[in-house]
Amino acid sequence: MYKSGQRQHAYDNKDISLVENNGLLRYPSALNFYDRPPQFDVTVEEFETTAMDRLRVLAEIESSLARNRTWEELKTATYNQYMKYVPLHTNTYDDTEEERRKDHLGHYVLRLAFCRSEDLRRRFVKAELTLFRVRYEETEAMDREHFLSSRDFNWIPVTKEEKVQYNHGLYSMYHAFRHEQDRADAFEKEKFYKVKWTRVPDLVEKRKVFLKGGWAYVPGREQSSIVFKEFEVELERALETTARLIPRLDEDSRLIPVLDNLSQGFVAGVASEWTNATEPGSSGEIRAEMVDDLAKKHFPMCMRSLHENLRRDNHLKHFGRLQYGLFLKVLGLSVEEAIAFWRKSFSRVTDDKFNKEYRYNIRHSYGLEGKRANYPAKSCLQILTPGPSDVGCPYRHFSSENLQTALLSMYSQQGLKSADLPEIMATVDAGHYHVACTRVFEMTHAPHGVAKGEGIGGGESVTHPNQYAARSMELAKVKNEDDKMVE
Amino acid sequence: MSIEADYDHSLPEVMLTYYRRLYPFKSVFTWLNHDHTPTRRFTHREWAFTLAGDVYLRYNSFATAEDLKKKVCQLNPTRFEIGPVYSARPGDRKTVRAGVFQPLQRELVFDIDMTDYDPIRTCCSDAGICKRCWAFITAAVRVIDHAVRSQFGYEHLLWVYSGRRGIHLWISDREAMDLTDQERKAIVGWMTLINSGRESSQRLNVRVGSRPLPAHLQEVYETLSPTFVDLILRDQDLFATEDGFKSFLEHIPDEEIVKKLRGERELMSSSKQIWDSFTEKVKGVAAGTSRRNVLSAAWHDIQIYYTYPRLDAEVSKHRNHLLKAPFCIHPKTGRVCVPVDPERIEDFDPEEVPTVAQLLHELDSLSKAATAIEDGDSSGHHSDWEKTSLKPYVDMLNQHASRLMEKTRLEKRATGSMAW
Ligand SMILES: [Zn+2]
Repeated sequence: MYKSGQRQHAYDNKDISLVENNGLLRYPSALNFYDRPPQFDVTVEEFETTAMDRLRVLAEIESSLARNRTWEELKTATYNQYMKYVPLHTNTYDDTEEERRKDHLGHYVLRLAFCRSEDLRRRFVKAELTLFRVRYEETEAMDREHFLSSRDFNWIPVTKEEKVQYNHGLYSMYHAFRHEQDRADAFEKEKFYKVKWTRVPDLVEKRKVFLKGGWAYVPGREQSSIVFKEFEVELERALETTARLIPRLDEDSRLIPVLDNLSQGFVAGVASEWTNATEPGSSGEIRAEMVDDLAKKHFPMCMRSLHENLRRDNHLKHFGRLQYGLFLKVLGLSVEEAIAFWRKSFSRVTDDKFNKEYRYNIRHSYGLEGKRANYPAKSCLQILTPGPSDVGCPYRHFSSENLQTALLSMYSQQGLKSADLPEIMATVDAGHYHVACTRVFEMTHAPHGVAKGEGIGGGESVTHPNQYAARSMELAKVKNEDDKMVE
Repeated sequence: MSIEADYDHSLPEVMLTYYRRLYPFKSVFTWLNHDHTPTRRFTHREWAFTLAGDVYLRYNSFATAEDLKKKVCQLNPTRFEIGPVYSARPGDRKTVRAGVFQPLQRELVFDIDMTDYDPIRTCCSDAGICKRCWAFITAAVRVIDHAVRSQFGYEHLLWVYSGRRGIHLWISDREAMDLTDQERKAIVGWMTLINSGRESSQRLNVRVGSRPLPAHLQEVYETLSPTFVDLILRDQDLFATEDGFKSFLEHIPDEEIVKKLRGERELMSSSKQIWDSFTEKVKGVAAGTSRRNVLSAAWHDIQIYYTYPRLDAEVSKHRNHLLKAPFCIHPKTGRVCVPVDPERIEDFDPEEVPTVAQLLHELDSLSKAATAIEDGDSSGHHSDWEKTSLKPYVDMLNQHASRLMEKTRLEKRATGSMAW
């Protein structure tokens, strides 16, 4: 495999125990900390498909997190998704070796794809940690034991003497049993482990462990907290190391496009290609994942540039949010999907901040908070009137040079050519911004049979961004159905 | 006959003289740097200056203590703050690649401010503070100081009076300096017992049901229980006020008892009587019943609620939070932000802390005396603080800093011997 994934590991020399404990099995447990990179040959094709399958699972997790699903809901959704794409059974299953090999490979390929920016690393760690937690909980006790003994977690078992010494303190922090006798019995049998308190910050924050001299005394049944934290810290560290080493990988040019493609899919909120969400379904419902694709195919320039700013900065300022948010609402994004969309888009914002500062405003714009007004989306006339910076009509507010560059970068995929620019620029210079926008619509929808002068139907020109998008989507739907009939 | 100069701390020349002749730059340097020669802990450290007219200058950094002093004397700020150690010199932040400029280390800090005690003190309000309400701070220092040392194992603690109505704690242990924001948040969670929010909805969150307190909070209770009697019942006489009585009743989870106490209110004139009556009523409930357990838990919790430290959590949670440097002058009171010995916190009286005016007068009489004896000049006055009442405070910081330097020395020796 790729040496760049390899790293110095504090426990490397202790890993020998893994071999001793488990004989010839390469993957003694369904759970894997991915401490060591895969050491086998793979084809470029397997490299890519394995990673894509795993990405589908991570996309489902991101989407669950963005939708604020409960842990149980998330677990079910994640379980279903990974059993479909990256199945992983415990020891009772026949072909465990192959499943675990694929799990191992997929994780490492995505490491390579997602180590390249801090933002990607953070999201990858969050999704992988969630996947690990789901699997940890799904795994049978026996297998889990196997896993825990296969690796050094650097915890110190608390001796009998020490347990007696701190008996009062340990017991006073020992809960989760309703009856005092059950609690006392369980405590008697409980094994405690000692770790530096910083390895279990969540237990410390909730005052769930006994603390002495900087050590946290963790009861056996809270052991998973240490395991999860360790998984997170190790993965963060490994990704940073990989990021530093990755330039060496560039020698293998076959892999670069694959990796680029994978990380772009993830950036775009793991859009269409991974979740098969291109066009609105028959129900007409638009989901958060579809917005990227819709923006590329159907949005007028003002909304496309807001969308691209949002993707570039992972943020939009207040008026931009308001304008784009209302546009998406009228486009058909439900409030739940809108929350999911903005939650994913503001990837640098913490959950806490998002819930405090943005959730309310989104619900407000849907008339669910405050004075419960049903705000309409802004029309071209409103957008054209000079207002706060960075939102406006690009035809009017962009410099001539920027406008031309932007037009080509946004619409050349839909057939706009440099040769079309002089005509558009002439209308812009004459101050006919609607006309310019309408001409772009006609040019980019020529493949759908829209002729010059037809506008967005019946010769009407664009007066509202939603009108532009709705007509564009309608045309695509018609074409889709036509195509199906041809087949 | 001599006319005493008017050393008002709002006069720029007064502040400038203080910075030039008295501010212990060298001591502050070694405290932050843990070493004689400048390390990243000093050179990559952010300093922020507040100038007259509310001009705020962030992201300054300095190579040496002398550089810092030069800048302070040049800007003559009303006060200045200390921030984190960044991955690059804050002064160079615009030239480093985006994302490379990150806060890495920072003393773990705690801020306790009297304003958070307004609902439970009767002697003063808002900015006011007196010897009586300082007792709240005394109790807070005892609890936090003990918790940090015994539970978290940190040793290098510096308590600093904020110059008016609060106190700061700076913890300089290496492990504490390295804590991430998430870990800082965890410590704050561990230490915070009172949920923030409106006063009426504030509840102590310390135990599971009516189970006994966790061991460390049992200890806290034992420390605070006498304070509750002395401070809340006797000195502040809090429950005798209308609001105080009302909020007290809200902490009693038993309608019958609340009703009875309300009925007796007219007959009781002091907090002590009210509390004793409540205690009697709790004892009157049959032992072993769940009603008694709930009441008994509440009886303990109420004492903790009224005396437990109230932390300004946001200050502690983020590495990049700025906190006023020790030995600055409080712009409202003119008092110096001096270190405080937690062992003798009971004896500390904020009103006895030297003001800048007092210190400059001391310097004046000093130079008069010097003139009388030597008739010499006073140009080499870099250690003038030694001759003023600032001395014991600077000594305290120096002793603290030398313990940190000793730690550094031992560490260097350890890694040095490993290299062999
Ligand atoms: Zn007072």
